[in-house]
Amino acid sequence: MKIAVLQFGGSNCDYDVLYVLTEVVGVDAEIVWYKDELKGYDGVVVPGGFSYGDYLRAGAIAARAPIMNSVRKMADKGLPVVGICNGFQILVESGLLPGALMTNRYPKFRCDRVNLRVDNNTSPFTNSFKKGQVIRIPIAHMEGNYFAQEHTLSELNSQDRVAFRYVDEQGNATSEANPNGSSENIAGILNEQGNILGMMPHPERASENILGSKDGKKIFDSMVEYISSF
Amino acid sequence: MLPEDDYKKIAKRLGREPTEVEQGCFLNLWSEHCSYRSSSAILKTFTTTGERVIIGPGDDAAIVRLEDGWVMAIGMESHNHPSYVDPYNGAATGVGGIVRDIISMGARPIALMDPLYFGPLDNEKNRYLFEHVIMGIAGYGNCIGVPVVRGEAYFHESFSGNPLVNVVCVGLAREDKIVTAIAQKAGNKLVLMGSSTGRDGMGGASFASRDLSEESESEERHSVQIGDPFTEKLVMEATLEAIDMGLVLACRDLGAAGLVGASSEMAANGELGAHIIADNIHLRDESLTPFEIMISESQERMVLEVEPGNVGKVLAIADKYDLKANLIGELTQETQYVVEYKGEIVADMPILFLCGGAPTSEMDFIPPAVERNAEKPPVPGDIKDTILKLLARPNIASKEWVYRQYDHEVQVRTMIKPGMDASVLRIIDDTQGLALSCGCNPAHVEADPYNGGAGTVIENAMNLAAVGARPIALVDCLNFGNPERGEIFYQFKQASLGLGDAARKLKTPIVGGNVSFYNESDEFGSAIAPTPSIGLVGWVRDLGTIPAGTFRHTDETVILVGDTKDELGASEYYSMLGLDNNGVTPGLPGNIDTVIDTLIRAVEAGLITSAHDISNGGLAVTLCEMVEQIGAEIDITRICTRDDDALFSESYGRMVITTSEPDKVLDMMSGIDCTVLGKTSGNGLSIKTRNSNLNLSKDEIEDARSSLSRLMMD
Repeated sequence: MKIAVLQFGGSNCDYDVLYVLTEVVGVDAEIVWYKDELKGYDGVVVPGGFSYGDYLRAGAIAARAPIMNSVRKMADKGLPVVGICNGFQILVESGLLPGALMTNRYPKFRCDRVNLRVDNNTSPFTNSFKKGQVIRIPIAHMEGNYFAQEHTLSELNSQDRVAFRYVDEQGNATSEANPNGSSENIAGILNEQGNILGMMPHPERASENILGSKDGKKIFDSMVEYISSF
Repeated sequence: MLPEDDYKKIAKRLGREPTEVEQGCFLNLWSEHCSYRSSSAILKTFTTTGERVIIGPGDDAAIVRLEDGWVMAIGMESHNHPSYVDPYNGAATGVGGIVRDIISMGARPIALMDPLYFGPLDNEKNRYLFEHVIMGIAGYGNCIGVPVVRGEAYFHESFSGNPLVNVVCVGLAREDKIVTAIAQKAGNKLVLMGSSTGRDGMGGASFASRDLSEESESEERHSVQIGDPFTEKLVMEATLEAIDMGLVLACRDLGAAGLVGASSEMAANGELGAHIIADNIHLRDESLTPFEIMISESQERMVLEVEPGNVGKVLAIADKYDLKANLIGELTQETQYVVEYKGEIVADMPILFLCGGAPTSEMDFIPPAVERNAEKPPVPGDIKDTILKLLARPNIASKEWVYRQYDHEVQVRTMIKPGMDASVLRIIDDTQGLALSCGCNPAHVEADPYNGGAGTVIENAMNLAAVGARPIALVDCLNFGNPERGEIFYQFKQASLGLGDAARKLKTPIVGGNVSFYNESDEFGSAIAPTPSIGLVGWVRDLGTIPAGTFRHTDETVILVGDTKDELGASEYYSMLGLDNNGVTPGLPGNIDTVIDTLIRAVEAGLITSAHDISNGGLAVTLCEMVEQIGAEIDITRICTRDDDALFSESYGRMVITTSEPDKVLDMMSGIDCTVLGKTSGNGLSIKTRNSNLNLSKDEIEDARSSLSRLMMD
């Protein structure tokens, strides 16, 4: 099994994800530069950062790179794809996930620890959590304000495709607990098949006790388990 | 324009009038900013060597040995004047410049710190500068993926019209991969990689060497560089890849004095000359003159020394990262710096004269005739109210609004995050790491330059001690007014001597830094308070023993370590009362090295559960900051003879610690002043003073501490 960590110009969480996958989770993984071929991998992580400097719109330019066609083909085969932060923005811009990520309600970059509630615990990324479980994973973004039209939101809800919501310590999706103004406190969503996850929080920053939380590691662990049984 | 004396000296040496291009080169390389012409005599008094120091001052960055073959690159820069004219780009390119200094040593940047100094926030212009400087640092640092892990934001009237933006960058490398800015061999090629050269940042080095005038904002805009962090990230990856493959023999980033600065100093360091073909430099605007090409400070450019046979490989790496790179010249045996443009020689200067010939001078100094007023105000009637007001002062309030805008977690090393005495990064496994602290207290330095300079080192070393770190390297950014004025040069000299002496006492080498003079404002008719800001980095041997910064367990003993004296001069408390010239300023504890060493040993022994240094605002503020989760019952009646002294004195070398083994700790501390203050318990802080019992709830403290966030977000 081998997982690809995509690298665009300006990706900057690429090595963090690679480190967590290889050293903490203990799975084979490598960086794939966007001009190289995406072949022979069993899963993809589109990491965070500022691909193309966030110029034009966060994720917009990377979403149009040819390598994203290969990502789409892998997803069509049912292989797992995770987009984290800028990776989520790229997945949304490339149409692999619905909606848009707008500038935060308070229009500044925000790096903070937040609580998330696991609303879907059946996906390949979230099946080791309990439904409704509150986990701690940090955020760091300027454009994380998830927006989707009414019908998309109701589809996401009815199809159980909201993976995570921003909540308070008790698990309530309050306005105060919403760090960026996202519709319905949405922090992460799944595609219809459930094998593509996009999330603004950074699970790779919450995969070791020394950094304050291991909740994020479970997402990678589950992904690896899913690939093993694929 | 070149000063007349310099012009004559240059013409005499060349035996002819210097060309326009040559004048531009000399103007920038002989500027105060590049040549340290009036500060070098003082800087020579610093101790710059030590067991761990591999490369000290003089290169792009210093190299300090860590453990297991790892080394740290470290540097500190100011970007003060540009940040006043264009706060976003000025601050952003300040980050970019110091980051490239680290990259050019072959090290991957792993952390930034940014001590910042502004005028008071009740003024709209100052709020604008504050907000946009932080946006600039965040915009650049976040994009390139280097975490800003520590900083300082300090407010004082003297910074209106001349804010200070200082940046420290730390990088990590394997010792055998280090590259220097010393050119190696004649015949090797020079490759310029990165952004195109444009008309931004024209003569930035000479701009930095003048006072800010009222017209600066409109007239000096061309002196400010425009940052492109995306290109910086690509330059970082490409340069590190080329260095890792062994293709780079010497490397220098283009900063102050642009291409002429980088290429001439690199060649001169190796006692070689250089022949530059200005036509080969890729331009943003074809109408640039050779004069402009040579001194432009366009950002995100790097010059590399490459063997002729490897040029193709380096250009291929640049191509991989979608970067432009060009062969722009070569190193020569003859020690001349020659610039060719359209087949003509437009500059031909003796390189060692260009890079080392700036005349130096020690300025006259005049001790200022300020008399301090010994009178003490009465002890406040409502001490609780005084504490809450003090907590809400911008200098003391929580800086969360600032550091929340910085990605302080990228690179997954940040174990102790901003907002604490020192931040900690894991470096070797999960066991050893770096602790970082920065800043200075300009009010202390203004009141007593020597002790304030020394106090700067002590204060930062105490921050490191709070996490059990031993200082291994110090970098400085010496920000002062116009050194041609005797009282300013006095401040510079005394503060620097104090800083140097304290660093020696703590056995900490000063491995690099910079001097920023002419921080004066015509608009306000003022010079900045002397600000010898520093970055101090320490090594933590056992990350497992680091105490928390706040109380974590109930029923532990709270101990005040260090001697509290009647030293309220230049304190935040007296400043709040408008008594800037009253009181005795903090002196230097004679046993400070023992205090710090003992604290570190107590931490390493696993005896300390929480620790927080005492600085701005005194003991009262430190205690309030520690009751975030668990409260405490404190008795201050055995400290000093007055409650205001006990609570608000800013005496150096003090820390509040907690332990569940007080006997062992007090035993270790024998010979050091220690006072048992009380126990951790419940919520909030209760303080028994000589006249009353105060109770400060967690919410009241939190509310006061969040004043800065409220001010900026409303």
